[in-house]
Formats: sequence, structure tokens, C-alpha cells
Amino acid sequence: MTTTPLVVLENVNKHFGDLHVLRDIDLSVTAGEVVVVIGPSGSGKSTLCRTINRLETIDTGRILLDGQPLPAEGRGLAKLRSDVGMVFQSFNLFAHKTVLQNVTLGPMKVLGQPKAKATERGMELLDRVRIGNQAHKYPAQLSGGQQQRVAIARALAMNPKVLLFDEPTSALDPEMVQEVLDVMTDLAKEGMTMVVVTHEMGFARRAANRVVFMADGQIVEENTPDEFFTKPQSERARDFLSKILTH
Amino acid sequence: MEAFLSNIDKVVDGFSWTVRLTLFSALFSFILGIVLTAMRVSPIPLLRALSTGYVEGIRNTPLTLVLLFCGLGLNSALGLSLADSVAWDVFWWAVIGLSAYTACFVSESLRAGINTIPLGQVEAARSLGLTFTQNLSLIVIPQALRTVVGPLGSVLIALIKNTTVASVAGLGVQEASRQMKLMFDQGIAPVLPTFVGFAIGFLILTLPTGYFFGWLSKRVAVVR
Ligand SMILES: Nc1ncnc2c1ncn2[C@@H]1O[C@H](COP(=O)(O)OP(=O)(O)OP(=O)(O)O)[C@@H](O)[C@H]1O
Ligand SMILES: [Mg+2]
Repeated sequence: MTTTPLVVLENVNKHFGDLHVLRDIDLSVTAGEVVVVIGPSGSGKSTLCRTINRLETIDTGRILLDGQPLPAEGRGLAKLRSDVGMVFQSFNLFAHKTVLQNVTLGPMKVLGQPKAKATERGMELLDRVRIGNQAHKYPAQLSGGQQQRVAIARALAMNPKVLLFDEPTSALDPEMVQEVLDVMTDLAKEGMTMVVVTHEMGFARRAANRVVFMADGQIVEENTPDEFFTKPQSERARDFLSKILTH
Repeated sequence: MEAFLSNIDKVVDGFSWTVRLTLFSALFSFILGIVLTAMRVSPIPLLRALSTGYVEGIRNTPLTLVLLFCGLGLNSALGLSLADSVAWDVFWWAVIGLSAYTACFVSESLRAGINTIPLGQVEAARSLGLTFTQNLSLIVIPQALRTVVGPLGSVLIALIKNTTVASVAGLGVQEASRQMKLMFDQGIAPVLPTFVGFAIGFLILTLPTGYFFGWLSKRVAVVR
């Protein structure tokens, strides 16, 4: 693993009206690293994730991708977003397009790939997330777990430098959680840089290099998964872990 | 009824203008309606204001006034001409008036459709790197259109009926209702059968349109 910081957040602050949702966030993600973000509801995990591809703007501070500050708008911003893949809690597959079209749209319209090439690569990715045989169905015809795997393939089709996951398994029925986590674990093993908001501790222990614990808009604690789950340093983290463990 | 049927060529000619008015106005109002909607949701405040002003202004003006403005104002008073023959000149002015008016309703329907699209669809498109225009043309408008096929059918039916205003509002397009009035004025056919005949003519246009759009809206519906 190299040590080039791929994503850097420096002193990032963000408000929603009076609510201070991100407080002096400093975070740096190395290429190939998998960072799991964990914390109580409302602590700003989603907002943090969304600032990295500028679905949310920030008030102060800097965010760098590959050493470059995020462009504010226009073509530069679109290019940035194509480099940062995002997987949402609610999948957000394009409802009027087939599974395959969902995966080829970005490469064709944003990267300008010819249809044949985008289709070939799209099928390859769908096979990889084990859903190739459903390529011509519409999203609503698939289970949640299948839809989320398509969403991962859609993000991968852009050859992103980093993938952001915002609670990718929270909207799934329990029996479908594992199939999605398996795909994510494979990606992590292959060296994909990932920032994952999740409470799946099994995944964090297996795949993450680092756990970032957030509370009230701040990063309270950062550690390796083992250290974090067995010996949390802060009172807040202990408190939080005791709550999710008793579930 | 025989007297009516013996003038069937006039009737058919009248409805042929009705259909032409409808087709061209439907096409132009559809295009203008999409443009107005795109302006309405754009990030540029001036475009939003222009679109809102236009839609609210024209939509709340009686169609008769809009068509009178085209016919008496632009065509007669200012002498703007769109075709060499009078029949086609007034026809195109009527198309412009009807399109300008109907576009507001197309736009309002489409905007209602856009409001039903989950924000996540737009965010997913954004996060792939699609530009605002691509997002609108590839994701938002195609989905919005599918949800408003039914309402757009109603707009089209209203348009078919509204073509009759084109002859009373100073634009002497020889559409069906004007042919009917001419037949009354010339006393060539008894009033009641003529009324019924023309009413049936309009039903032949509107009813299948309604059924077709009902069928289409089920066919293309987006399942979420
Ligand atoms: N668009 C918004 N407008 C106003 N407030 C917002 C908005 N989005 C989030 N918030 C608020 O910001 C705070 C942080 O939200 P965020 O979604 O980042 O939390 P989270 O850690 O992801 O929580 P959860 O675990 O529930 O998903 C919350 O108090 C939330 O209510
Ligand atoms: Mg969240």
C-alpha cells in the first residue's frame, strides 16, 4: 500500500442553518485504504460522506482529492464526481432504465465510451457482482440486495478513484445484507479505496483498515477496528458500542 | 340528417383543419412546455423568473385574448404574415396562439411530474458526473413524462376542443366549428342534426385520444 493521501479533509466545517453538523473535521484517506465511519444517528456521517463528492457544500476548510481542491461547479465538478463513486442507502437506481443501462449510462454519457465498450465492461461488472443474468430487468423487479449490487457495479463502471458508501445495507432485509457486504469485502481486498458509513461490525473488522468514530459533528476517535471495538478510548464510543452491541 | 350528410365534404374539410391545428399545436406546445419546465427548474434565477412569469401570465389569460392578440394584434394590426395564402396565414397564427397557451399547461403537468421524482435519482445522476442538462434530459424529464402521460392526455383533449376558439377569435381558420356555423348561416342543413353530427365528430377525436393516453400511461409507468 502506498501512502499518498487520496482524500484529504482539512478543518472542514458545515452548518445546516444553526445546526453545526461538521466541526473541524480533519481526515485523510490513503489510496487503497478502507475507512469505516461509525457513530450515533445525526452525528454527521452522511453529511461527511456527501461533502467528499460535493453533494453537500462546506462552509470553511478544504477538501482535496488526489491533491486537488474540489471544484465548485461546472465541468470540473462533474469530472470530480465521476472520480468519486457513491453508493446510497436507498440504492437510487434509475427507475426507467434497465440494470445494464444503469451501469452503462455514466461511461457513455460522462466518459464518452462507445456503447459496445460500455456494454462489454458493464456486463463484466454485473457478472462480478453476480447479477449478470438480470441485466435486462428493471430495478423494481430486483430484490434490495440485488439492486444494491447493481448500484455498486454502476459506481465501479466509472473507474472511480474512491468509493463512498452511505449505510449501504441499512435498507436491506437481514438475509440480503451479507451478499452486499461480500461484494464490498472483495472490493476492499482488491485495493479499492473506500469510505464506508456502516454499523456492520463484522465488515469493519474484516475489511477496514481504520474506524472513525463520529459524534455531534466531530471525529471523536480513530483507530484500527480491533483496537476500536475491543478498547474504545472515549466515553462516547464506549457508550455507543454498548448500545449497538445489546441489539 | 341527409342534408347534413350531403354536406359531408364540408364537415370533413372542417375536421381536417381541426386535426392539423391540433397536431401542430400539440407538437410546438410540447417542445415549448419542456423548455419552460427546464427553465423553471434551472439553477439560473433569471430563467426561472422568465418561465414562471410566462406560465402564470399566459395560463391565466383567456385563450380568446391570446388568439385575438395573435390575429388582430400581430397579424392584422402589425401586418406580420406567416404564409402567402390567407387560409395558411391565419392557420399558423392560430397554431402560435394555441401553442403559446397550451405550453403553459404542458409545463405545469411536467413540473408536477418532476416533483414526484425522488431526490435520490438526481443525486445518483449527479454523483456519476452527469451535468445539469444531462441530468434533466436523461433522468428527470424522461421519468417525469412517464408519470404525467395521463394529465398530458387531458391537455391534448382540451387542445382539440380549444381549436374551436381559433375561428371566433378573429382568426378565420376553417376548422370544424366554423364550418358548422357557416352551414347554419347558409341554412343548408337543419340545425339539430348538424349539431349532433359535429359533436360526434369531436367525440371521434377526443374519446380515442383519452383511451389511448390511459393505455399509454399504464404501459410506460415507472415502477419504483
Ligand atoms: N438537508 C438538511 N437540512 C437540514 N438539516 C440536515 C440536512 N441533512 C442533515 N441534516 C441534519 O444534520 C445532522 C447530521 O445529519 P447526517 O445525516 O449527516 O447524520 P448521520 O450521522 O448520517 O445520521 P444517521 O445515522 O441517522 O443517518 C442531523 O441533525 C440532521 O438532522
Ligand atoms: Mg446518515
